[in-house]
Amino acid sequence: MKYADEFRDREKAQVLIREIDKLAASIRVGRTRPIQIMEVCGGHTHSIFRYGLEGMLPESIELVHGPGCPVCVLPMGRVDDCISIAEREGVIFTTFGDAMRVPGSKKSLLQAKATGADVRMVYSPMDALTIARKNPDREVVFFGLGFETTMPSTALTVLQAEAEGIRNFSVFCNHITIVPTIKAILDSPDLHLDGFLGPGHVSMVIGTAPYEFIAEFYKRPMVVAGFEPLDVLQSIWMVLQQISQGRAEIENQYARIVPTAGNAAALAAVTRVYELREFFEWRGLGSIDHSGVRLREAYAAYDAERKFAIPNLKIADPKSCQCGEVLKGIIKPWQCKVFGTACTPEVPLGALMVSTEGACSAYYQYGGIKRQKTMVPA
Amino acid sequence: MNMQSPPPKRELGQCFVATVTLAHGGGGKAMKDLIDDVFISAFAPGAPQALEDQARFDLGALASHGDRLAFTTDSFVVNPLFFPGGDIGKLAVCGTINDLAVGGAKPLYLSCAVVIEEGMEVETLRTIARSMAQTAHAAGVSIVTGDTKVVERGACDKIFITTTGIGVIPRGCELGIERIAPGDGILVNGLLGDHGAAILCARGDMALETAIESDCAALHGLIADLLHAAPNTRCIRDATRGGLATVLNEMAEASNCSIEIDEAAIPQRPEVRGFCEILGLDPLYLANEGKIVMAVPPDEIEAALAALRAHPLGRDAALIGHAGAGEAGRVTMQTVFGGRRIVDMLVGEQLPRIC
Repeated sequence: MKYADEFRDREKAQVLIREIDKLAASIRVGRTRPIQIMEVCGGHTHSIFRYGLEGMLPESIELVHGPGCPVCVLPMGRVDDCISIAEREGVIFTTFGDAMRVPGSKKSLLQAKATGADVRMVYSPMDALTIARKNPDREVVFFGLGFETTMPSTALTVLQAEAEGIRNFSVFCNHITIVPTIKAILDSPDLHLDGFLGPGHVSMVIGTAPYEFIAEFYKRPMVVAGFEPLDVLQSIWMVLQQISQGRAEIENQYARIVPTAGNAAALAAVTRVYELREFFEWRGLGSIDHSGVRLREAYAAYDAERKFAIPNLKIADPKSCQCGEVLKGIIKPWQCKVFGTACTPEVPLGALMVSTEGACSAYYQYGGIKRQKTMVPA
Repeated sequence: MNMQSPPPKRELGQCFVATVTLAHGGGGKAMKDLIDDVFISAFAPGAPQALEDQARFDLGALASHGDRLAFTTDSFVVNPLFFPGGDIGKLAVCGTINDLAVGGAKPLYLSCAVVIEEGMEVETLRTIARSMAQTAHAAGVSIVTGDTKVVERGACDKIFITTTGIGVIPRGCELGIERIAPGDGILVNGLLGDHGAAILCARGDMALETAIESDCAALHGLIADLLHAAPNTRCIRDATRGGLATVLNEMAEASNCSIEIDEAAIPQRPEVRGFCEILGLDPLYLANEGKIVMAVPPDEIEAALAALRAHPLGRDAALIGHAGAGEAGRVTMQTVFGGRRIVDMLVGEQLPRIC
């Protein structure tokens, strides 16, 4: 398959692994703890487990699976709000597939569908708009979810609805933004991270400039990375190069997709439709300032939060849940008190067990091979 | 109803209305006409006869095929009813034939019970029944008994079909999942994931256009050839719902072996790979309706592969891995990239990923 197989080449991988081994060994001298690199994005976590990358890396490198799975970090209260909208008379609630399983405090959208709510899976917000066009007597709500990657398509759909004068379509906006979250992680006092793999698809929209503070103020290297396994390995190698040379810069490994300045048209749509919220609640990380967006006043007619009375209750994460510590790389998933016992993919307690991109769920399903031999962070 | 025992012939009833109503499930003339018109004329053409409440078999004739009966049942619900490569009728016949065949049995007789939602078009029903009849005929299997129920709109989704099958296992054929031993080769008979991808595309939710067709097929002929060439084959499973990954986990668990497969050796259509890439699905979990997974002792692997590849339904057969003496019940995969990962059972249904 073109544009995929060339980035999965086993022999090129071996060459890179040898280089990574050498670099890691040189960096390792004098260190008492492993080199911790965080992949921010859930798509990277997925690739790492899908291709078994962790087991190919030297033991001195530890990958910390970051907060970039929008499905995982959705707080229970917001899922409850979705269900309250979906269960209203006359509503068709549309959502991306993997958000269907996320548990709220009482049930998931999948369970709400089973008990009679009209919940439909769509592949794009434009599909939701099509449903609205075909069902003028129903209220069609799209569950807007995701980082900057999916933000522009929701914005363009709102603009399209406005242009066509479609009034029975609205968005329940839960879009979040990655940069304040990376900053919150960097500000954490017990942080051990040595470098980052930057989110590829988010950067395709926002460009690389928004990350400059990571290098400048926190002195950590970041490499914006693609999602094929060779992309991930090359990016790890680039981070190690920076560490070994004492550099901290924002580099772009995914230049075939990510322009340095981002995508101007997408950014314009985003700016036109959304404004920053004062704060947004993250499952596992708590409230983070300016980390979410809402629809601007001008698009209030398309805002499900304004259109419908929603409970908007804050539901605290379960006390036993240690997702926050896993997210920051302080403990590994299986070191959490409830991993695999009270918290499993069937009955997830914490954010990271929810989707296959969540670190805990990935370890639960694909893990085990490297687990026994991985070092406990100092 | 029974379409087995000898004449006298009788006149077949005909159904002159276009749609099925609750009247067709009432047990009266309307029901008899529907059954005659749709099912009897398809399943027992040219030999209409008085119907009994059961099919009757001559034990001696059954015993000539082997020394044990195989008996299985399966219900079929699929949306849409017609999809590239098949329809619910073909699926209902092939699925039960395959469930018999993977136990080594020669499939002989099927039942067909249908639950129909009122409002269904009679012509659609005829098409489904004809498809069942053609598939059964081509497979050398008779549909000998059945039942028809009609339910109110909304009580079922258009039509549900249950087929039950009887077959006979030849003397000496001892397939069993617990017989898998370290060193055995794990084989598949061809390209994986076609049915699951075809159905997802046919639903139209994903707005993807592909040429992928379901692999829906009756595999007893292929399996007979395999067992002739590799008589010590340990076990055969059909990789339907849950796909290859689920079957491998069942095999590893039941036999207390480990299983390691090589991702690069798994036969897959480029279209199915592309489909999975776009939607973020794992092809290992996609359903198949014409694919089997086999464990074969080392000295018969070559013969098994040759026999499979000589059959039209096994042209792309491949050795994809081996059973081992590692952690019991564990399935691992050498990835195309050179890494290794665990292949576990799926927790729920596979859902397309957001980004």
